[in-house]
Amino acid sequence: MQVTSPAFKENAAKALADVTLQKALKNVETGFIAKRAAAAAALPEFEALRDAARDLKNHVLAHLDLYLEAYEKKVVAAGGHVHWAESAEDARRIVTDICKRLGARTVTKGKSMITEEIALNDHLEREGLIPVETDLGEYIIQLRGEHPSHIVAPAVHLTKEQVAGDFRRVHTHLDAARDLTEPVTLLSEARAVLREKFLVADVGITGANFLIAETGTSIIVTNEGNGDLTQTLPKAHIVMASLEKIVPTLEDVDTLLRVLARSATGQEMSVYTTFSTGPRREGDPDGPGEYHVVLLDNGRSAMLGTEFEEMLRCIRCGACMNHCPVFQAVGGHAYGWVYPGPMGAVLTPTLIGVDKAGHLPNASTFCGRCESVCPMRIPLPKMMRAWRNREWERALNPATLRSGLGLWAFVAARPGLYRLAARVSSMALRLLGRGRGRIASLPFFAAGWTKMRDMPAPEGATFMDQWKARAGR
Amino acid sequence: MSPAGSARPPRVALFVTCLVDLFRPTVGFAAVKLIEEAGCEVVVPTAQTCCGQPAFNSGDRKDAAMLAKKVIETFEGYDYLVAPSGSCAGHIATHYVELFDDADPWKARAERLAAKSHELVSFLVDVLGVTTTGARFAGTVTYHDSCSGLRELGVRDQPRKLLSAVDGLTLTEMKDPDVCCGFGGAFAVKYPDLSGAIVDKKTTNVVDSAAATLLAGDMGCLMNMAGRLSRKGAKIEVRHVAEVLAGMADGPAIGAGKKGA
Ligand code: SF4
Repeated sequence: MQVTSPAFKENAAKALADVTLQKALKNVETGFIAKRAAAAAALPEFEALRDAARDLKNHVLAHLDLYLEAYEKKVVAAGGHVHWAESAEDARRIVTDICKRLGARTVTKGKSMITEEIALNDHLEREGLIPVETDLGEYIIQLRGEHPSHIVAPAVHLTKEQVAGDFRRVHTHLDAARDLTEPVTLLSEARAVLREKFLVADVGITGANFLIAETGTSIIVTNEGNGDLTQTLPKAHIVMASLEKIVPTLEDVDTLLRVLARSATGQEMSVYTTFSTGPRREGDPDGPGEYHVVLLDNGRSAMLGTEFEEMLRCIRCGACMNHCPVFQAVGGHAYGWVYPGPMGAVLTPTLIGVDKAGHLPNASTFCGRCESVCPMRIPLPKMMRAWRNREWERALNPATLRSGLGLWAFVAARPGLYRLAARVSSMALRLLGRGRGRIASLPFFAAGWTKMRDMPAPEGATFMDQWKARAGR
Repeated sequence: MSPAGSARPPRVALFVTCLVDLFRPTVGFAAVKLIEEAGCEVVVPTAQTCCGQPAFNSGDRKDAAMLAKKVIETFEGYDYLVAPSGSCAGHIATHYVELFDDADPWKARAERLAAKSHELVSFLVDVLGVTTTGARFAGTVTYHDSCSGLRELGVRDQPRKLLSAVDGLTLTEMKDPDVCCGFGGAFAVKYPDLSGAIVDKKTTNVVDSAAATLLAGDMGCLMNMAGRLSRKGAKIEVRHVAEVLAGMADGPAIGAGKKGA
């Protein structure tokens, strides 16, 4: 997919001016935040579970190679295949090779952000295959030729009226006069259309929320059950997962599942939690003939041992973006690549380079709400700051910022000079305020401030000057 | 309260903060009054300037560490460092230690200063045990939780507790008091549209609360919200919470001018 992260500012301005998008984005606030809060409050051990989840994932990351090896052995023992993909290109090639060998035409897909990361759909189409997204949200955005704007709710940037319009445009075999005002009608229409695709699919591709080392099992959670049909009906099931999805045991998965759904949607559990271990065995009523796991690295192992390692604890619940004032204001597409919101602000620079994604870790007020809700206690603001440190070291920031900050630090290191500068600024700003107490327009870098709001003028002489004048009180 | 059980009152060094120094001296005087009335001696070290947060958040660790050292040197000799800002106090109390390696002797000094650095209102309530400041304020107020104070230092109930003890004051909560106002330091200037959209939502909640006065504990947020409210033409007074708690809220509000213009 095309990277537009360098144009974050323009993207954001466009998003802010888009009335329909702004209407749709209201759902992020109303739909997720109160539900998560209620679910967290209803579980007395929720905070303790977050600690346990964090510790568990830290343990895994410290022994990643060990668990991955154990996992591979179990998958093979169950009759499956493990493919190691170092890059996006490797992963794409592995998938197309499997599809071609099986003479596949239609490929159904469950929700998977990894396949977005490696731009798999475009690639499959180029190879003459027909990828069909089966998650309702993914299906909708596929119809529109878009990309997900949210890692859990891919079509959260759309209103139901827009979706109804798309269905009418594409599902031309249905009665044009049908009523599509209710979301549930949209869902059943998509179901009916997708049912036929499931039946003709040759290969089913799903993501994985977790991989269990102890058993060689992959797990996906969905609310629509589309994952089940995607993986059981076709000849082959391909699981696309990144390395850090590994978890030691079934009990460990339990800990993560308990924080995942609550953090994501406020549910105690997602509606479907599907476990897959190997292909169909003799006597199984259904299941795929082949079971493949593509383990994608794509820069993740390089994060180990760096200040970004903790990002690998992420379980993709989306809570950080739901609670982010910036995400709420502009939605996910403005971030310009696959992963939006605070987790994207940390992850995207690692995956596509901070020179391209530099805006993302900067476009944050560091309000800290993301970290306060992250079930894995990932210090997102701290890592965004770590990106800013790297930008500073590599001198990627604007020269005006660097020299301005340098001058300010020089002055701030010299109290006498600083007092003088404060005194002069105070007088100048008061003059500009002209007794009104505020300034409507300022030049240079401060123009950004007065574009949206007035600048309150100083009350009077600086505190330090007044304090000195009162000395000997 | 005094270290080592000595009889002298605790010596509190006031960290004025750049924004209070330049824009709102009343807050500094209110802080002095509140701390003194709670039985402490207040000192205002003249060598202070800025805590260094702008450098730290811009990725300039070198200048951030240089300024942190100056603050440590200036303030480590007192019993407490207190700032009328959750943001500056939070920076000193939680981030200074991140600026130095374990082997660096400055790290231990940063840790010692962090342990005795506090945001003003939580200092009064949590450290000094203040339950009322004896102030009067006639009117309805709403209180915005500034992010750093709230999430780095746990400042939430303390200001509400002291405000509810103010004679004549009614506290009306706005919707989402704990959501960011969109200030974010340089963010407000670097991403004006975004910052503007966030503060617009915030000030809509402020207006909808129907309170006559908006209070918060950080000048950055207050100037941001006051500036947006006046730009929108909303007639809501904006003040630092210390002004009300100290009974010093009779002058013009933030951004209101001499004649209440
Ligand atoms: S960073 Fe945390 S809150 Fe955000 S998606 Fe990952 S686990 Fe969820």
